Amino acid sequence: MPPLSIMLWLPLACALLGAALSMLGRQAGVVEHPEMPAGETSVVGAPWSRLSTSGGFALLGSLGALGLAIGYIADYSPSSNGLTHVTDLVWISELGIHYKLGVDGLNVFMIGLATLLFAAAVIAANLREWDRPRLFYFNFMLAESAVLGALLAQDLALFVAFFDLMLIPFYFLIGVWGAEPGRVKATIKLVIYTLVGSLLMLAAAVATGVLAAQQGGGHITFVLSSLQQLPLSRGSQEWIFLFFAAAFLVKMPAFPLHGWMPDGYKAMPIEVLMVFSGVLSKVGAYGFLRIVLPLYPQAAAHFQTLMLLIALASIIYGSVVAFTQTDARLIAGYSSVAQLGFITLGIFSLNPQGAQGALLQMVNHGLVVAALLFIVGLLAQRAGGSEDIRDMGGIAFRAPVLATIFLVVALATLAMPGSSNFVGEFLILLGVFKTNLAIAVIAFSGVVLASVYALRLLIRAMHNRVGSKVDSRELSFRDGVVLVPLLAVIVFMALYPQLALHRSEGSVKTAVAAAHGALEPSSAKLAGGLESGAAPLSTAGASSEGAAP
Amino acid sequence: MTSLATLATAHLKGPHVDFAGLSPLIALLGGATIVLLVGLIRARWVRAHVVPALSLVVLGATAGLTIWQWNAQKSVVSGALRIDDLSLVLNLILVTGGALSVLLAWRSLAAREAAHGEFHALLLASIAGMSLLAAAQNTVALFVGLELLSIPLYVLCASELRREQSLESGLKYLIVGAVGSATLLYGLAMIYGATGATDFDVIAHALSGGSLASDPLTLTGIALCVVGLCFKASVAPFHQWTPDVYEGAPTPVTAFMAVATKVAAFGVFLRFFDVALIGAQSSWGPAIAVLATITILVGNVGALGQSSLKRMLAYSSVAQAGYMLAGVAVATQLGVRATVFYLAVYVFMNMASFAVIVARERETGLGDSIQAVAGLGRERPLLAWPMTISMLALAGIPATAGFTGKFYLIDAAVSGGYTWLGVAIVIGSMISLGYYLPVIAAIWMRKAPSEQPGVGQLPSPTGAPLGGGEGLPVLAGGSPELDEPSNGVQPEVVLVAAVAGVATLFFGIVPQPLFNLVHHAGSALGGLFF
Repeated sequence: MPPLSIMLWLPLACALLGAALSMLGRQAGVVEHPEMPAGETSVVGAPWSRLSTSGGFALLGSLGALGLAIGYIADYSPSSNGLTHVTDLVWISELGIHYKLGVDGLNVFMIGLATLLFAAAVIAANLREWDRPRLFYFNFMLAESAVLGALLAQDLALFVAFFDLMLIPFYFLIGVWGAEPGRVKATIKLVIYTLVGSLLMLAAAVATGVLAAQQGGGHITFVLSSLQQLPLSRGSQEWIFLFFAAAFLVKMPAFPLHGWMPDGYKAMPIEVLMVFSGVLSKVGAYGFLRIVLPLYPQAAAHFQTLMLLIALASIIYGSVVAFTQTDARLIAGYSSVAQLGFITLGIFSLNPQGAQGALLQMVNHGLVVAALLFIVGLLAQRAGGSEDIRDMGGIAFRAPVLATIFLVVALATLAMPGSSNFVGEFLILLGVFKTNLAIAVIAFSGVVLASVYALRLLIRAMHNRVGSKVDSRELSFRDGVVLVPLLAVIVFMALYPQLALHRSEGSVKTAVAAAHGALEPSSAKLAGGLESGAAPLSTAGASSEGAAP
Repeated sequence: MTSLATLATAHLKGPHVDFAGLSPLIALLGGATIVLLVGLIRARWVRAHVVPALSLVVLGATAGLTIWQWNAQKSVVSGALRIDDLSLVLNLILVTGGALSVLLAWRSLAAREAAHGEFHALLLASIAGMSLLAAAQNTVALFVGLELLSIPLYVLCASELRREQSLESGLKYLIVGAVGSATLLYGLAMIYGATGATDFDVIAHALSGGSLASDPLTLTGIALCVVGLCFKASVAPFHQWTPDVYEGAPTPVTAFMAVATKVAAFGVFLRFFDVALIGAQSSWGPAIAVLATITILVGNVGALGQSSLKRMLAYSSVAQAGYMLAGVAVATQLGVRATVFYLAVYVFMNMASFAVIVARERETGLGDSIQAVAGLGRERPLLAWPMTISMLALAGIPATAGFTGKFYLIDAAVSGGYTWLGVAIVIGSMISLGYYLPVIAAIWMRKAPSEQPGVGQLPSPTGAPLGGGEGLPVLAGGSPELDEPSNGVQPEVVLVAAVAGVATLFFGIVPQPLFNLVHHAGSALGGLFF
């Protein structure tokens, strides 16, 4: 396999090349594409007849990255434990920052998900005319490169840099091409929310490196594997943990930190939202597994109950609000809050089953939500441009294929037995059962609520009386190009979830091991009454139950 | 024969002057004189173009001589100045900032009104003062350098003779600057009184041995010095002059002031505090750390909601001074390196923004209002990108040099035991998003003012450019020397913007060359840390 850097930078390189060529072409007087009113959705013409230069190159880049990612998945052997395809260069020697990339069971499926969704979104974007296409595709591909960088980074500082960087293209994508009422406001809100978290993370990351170096007495380093050798003191771990958790929870978003979500979701173009909701939110959850649990195990054990409660609140709140919304996009948005609550729940069960379920669920939810959002876009086209489910209804009438696809996606969303989401949620709940019975029982209600909001969306949109503005049309071939591959992967994952579970098992176990280990002694110590205070006591309750067979 | 020679030299014993070490300074001051004289030539094109070109040659020569002196470790003029890697690196940064400012001022109204020769001679003299300051090794040289830096700047601020704000800005800067200088001088006198020395290393030696470091006289002296230097570096709560002066001064001068003064002021901070007063670090370290925190908060909060870009950048420069002060407060080699690194980066980040403001002032007639950059992304991508990169860098976004600089400073703060200061830097950066991001939003997400009804460009009756584009109707009548239309494309301004923008991006992705440079600078002070 070629080095990871090629996959990482391919999208950006293609976008730059495409922008350069299209600029040259324009100077040479070649009309890139016929003038169309900006933002109008094209429904006529052959599929690729109007592929713009920049759009075509972006497509090339994203498909190339997808191909490489599939190669890495195929190449990754379930038995290999630890990093493969490592690239390790010194980036800034004074600060001990390495440009270190690697693939293991934790991120191999995440890069698959990211490249797949970006490819699908770029195809979807190519179906439309964009105002200033060069800038659009440049930002889109910069986002892909940054996301892949964050997923592949094996150096804390590099991770933080990519994590912060991936937000900037979205600032442009929403602010320039967003939906009109309040796009600039929404984008500033989103970026400030998420960057505030990221900047806290920056301070925490620097502190990790410096404190570890002071403790170890060596030269400062940010390479994750070296940092793992130098565990911090418990006090430092705790505040650093909180800073990291803030960054990741905002990105997801989790319940009290989701304030940017409604405006942001409403303003985003649907193609952008597909990757934002499908991939970016998962990077936060992935950060917990990659960074937080291995580096700050004691703090993770200490704050386990807090995190479980936040996850639980996200599940209940997200599900209930999703049920009350009438905007189809926001139903998808709040359902994401709930789903990411499940993922957090799985991670902070701090045992391998839960974490593995969480990892599987990240991939599942990414696939499902991207497909769901694209379908919402299709529904809106058929309901006179409105994304309100009150304006929809009866869309299935003349669109059986679309209705079937939507049904499959909706059933996957509600984690129907037989879907891969079912396997994921099952493992998560299994993990939480072992940790905290009460929370697991309450979390179950989230599964029920999910079926309520998913079916409500399906029935109100596709069935019922035909809405006044509804013009039921079958899925066009071009839209099918976007949707069918996603659907194929959803079905494949449903049939064969073992693919992901098998390959991620070893890495997940390693990631969780330290935090899992930190649970036992602390519970034993607390049970012995060596420590007192409200917060530790609640942990004691949680972990002593976890220790019970 | 030999005894006779010895006798003769003994009689005529003057201080040994190392001309090689002084050569950058000599080049600057000699160059200033030549530029002044050439400015007397009558031909208009000589004044308008040969003078700035000559200034660039002078700065280039200075840079060349600085590089020639590389790796020098010597004290010159009886130990008054220290030529080491720190002063040489700062020299290079200063010369870069100066050259970019000269380019920005090339066709500016300020240079025309104040006469080109005088304008550029003052600029060069001010750079000489900064260079002197960066190398000062005793308190007298420090004070001379500070005054040589300041006095030309007072004049430069007021160089747009027909605009009230410019005059007001010059006067304000003069008064505040004089107070600052006086305070500093008083502090220096007290330190002399306590230690009996003007040389930094003698002061350091005196403070290291025993109770003198906690002597009330010393402490008062140090406190007054801190206040005096804080005036110069616009550190809160001594920053109040900054927004007014920055806004009123001609934009090329503002750019020069924002960039070069900061470099010089922090050069002094590093030398004076981290060398001379290092023995009393336990007393001034926490004080400076607190000042840094206040500065970060005040600067960032003040910048929120400003509609004038120059005022916004003024407050932002206050905030940035706070970040850099963190590197001074920790008093470690790492701190010195981080500060110098940030200074270098700071020059590029700010120059990119100021260049765009200069260009838009001349093009739109909207002054430095944020409206002037609205819709820039569509209209003038060559200006829009540098401004965007600069804003992102100032906010500390990865892939720009601003991120690396902030990373380094936080690293220095945490290593020095000031974790909370690192967190303060981060909190400051968060607040700063509230004013940097709207500028980017204006550039890319809003329509150009001419496309908006009502805010269109003011048509000038003759079709001639509006007073050279500088400022609003005050100048609509035009100045007598308005001989060349400066409207439209200004290649040198776009060049400055592009160079600064590219450098910001380049050093963000490939920071190693800058790190190597800074590494030398930090090692220069190495022997003096305890």
